[in-house]
Amino acid sequence: MNRIWATILLAGAGTYAMRASFLAFAHRMATVPPGLARVLRQIPPAALAAIVAPALLRPDGHLDLLQPTLVAGLVAAAVAWKTRNVGVTVVVGIALLAALQQL
Amino acid sequence: MPSRSAFRAGVAAAAPLAVGVVPFGLVAGAGPVAHGFSPWSAVGLSTIVFAGASQLAIVDVLAQGGSVLVAVLAALTINLRMVLYSASLAPYLSHEPTRRRLATAYLLVDQVYALCIARWAADGGRTDERLPFYLGIATFLTTIWIGCTVLGALVGPAIPDDVPLDFAIPLVFLVLLVPILVDRPSIAAAVAGGAAAVAAGEAGAGPASTIIGAATGIVIGAMVDARGPTPAPS
Repeated sequence: MNRIWATILLAGAGTYAMRASFLAFAHRMATVPPGLARVLRQIPPAALAAIVAPALLRPDGHLDLLQPTLVAGLVAAAVAWKTRNVGVTVVVGIALLAALQQL
Repeated sequence: MPSRSAFRAGVAAAAPLAVGVVPFGLVAGAGPVAHGFSPWSAVGLSTIVFAGASQLAIVDVLAQGGSVLVAVLAALTINLRMVLYSASLAPYLSHEPTRRRLATAYLLVDQVYALCIARWAADGGRTDERLPFYLGIATFLTTIWIGCTVLGALVGPAIPDDVPLDFAIPLVFLVLLVPILVDRPSIAAAVAGGAAAVAAGEAGAGPASTIIGAATGIVIGAMVDARGPTPAPS
């Protein structure tokens, strides 16, 4: 049982350090040089796509293009594009995936 | 009072995300107990590590007899993306005192990052409204997260298997991803990031896939960006 608490404390400390890493020095980032700004601008699309793409393309841990998760995800992407609404997109995506899984 | 309305705006922005956080929190609570760990350790994971995917990985490694070191490394590999979030948000919070930034860094999770950067990158807004907005999102989601962890630890997952609520997590990021694909660099970063994450997963990179994908996307996006301003392909 001590193994879990040792892991919790070490992983918690390490994760906090990563969360605080750049925020700790943010006062020096009031003016960001153009080169760094160019890199920082890419973080949102790159990081979000790196989470979304595997969830849609390999939902069961292997690449699979013929499965309901990808279909529901593509429809949800269209809904997201049209509505920009988190609630509507989540409800449509989950309902569609549930329906496709019943087939 | 601008800070109070900004806090409420944060809560309102985060409210739809509850549909994904509730089942995830229940699983984060039920998972450790199902593997023989105490309900307290489930709560410890959700409050101290406070990053869902890495918590599941920790339980997985330890339950299979893996060492503390392996479990910690698996968790930190999954959470490496927090460094990117920290770097991305830092310029927007440079006006806040260091002590306050260090305190709020604790609450930096995927959803807080994604909602804040979407709003701040769009129009910056008033600087004194940024931290209250951040705290509104974080307070709302953290309350649900801890509450559902406790519930899950005490009564089990309690979610019917045939409703795929866990799909809400990628859907939320999808909604935030679509509107920021506005020019060649952002599209290149997303396509490269997504493709590299999938390829890394296929190659067996496991929990490191996300950060490999993100890093690849950032490099490709920055290279396209460096070639100069190009009109959006519409």
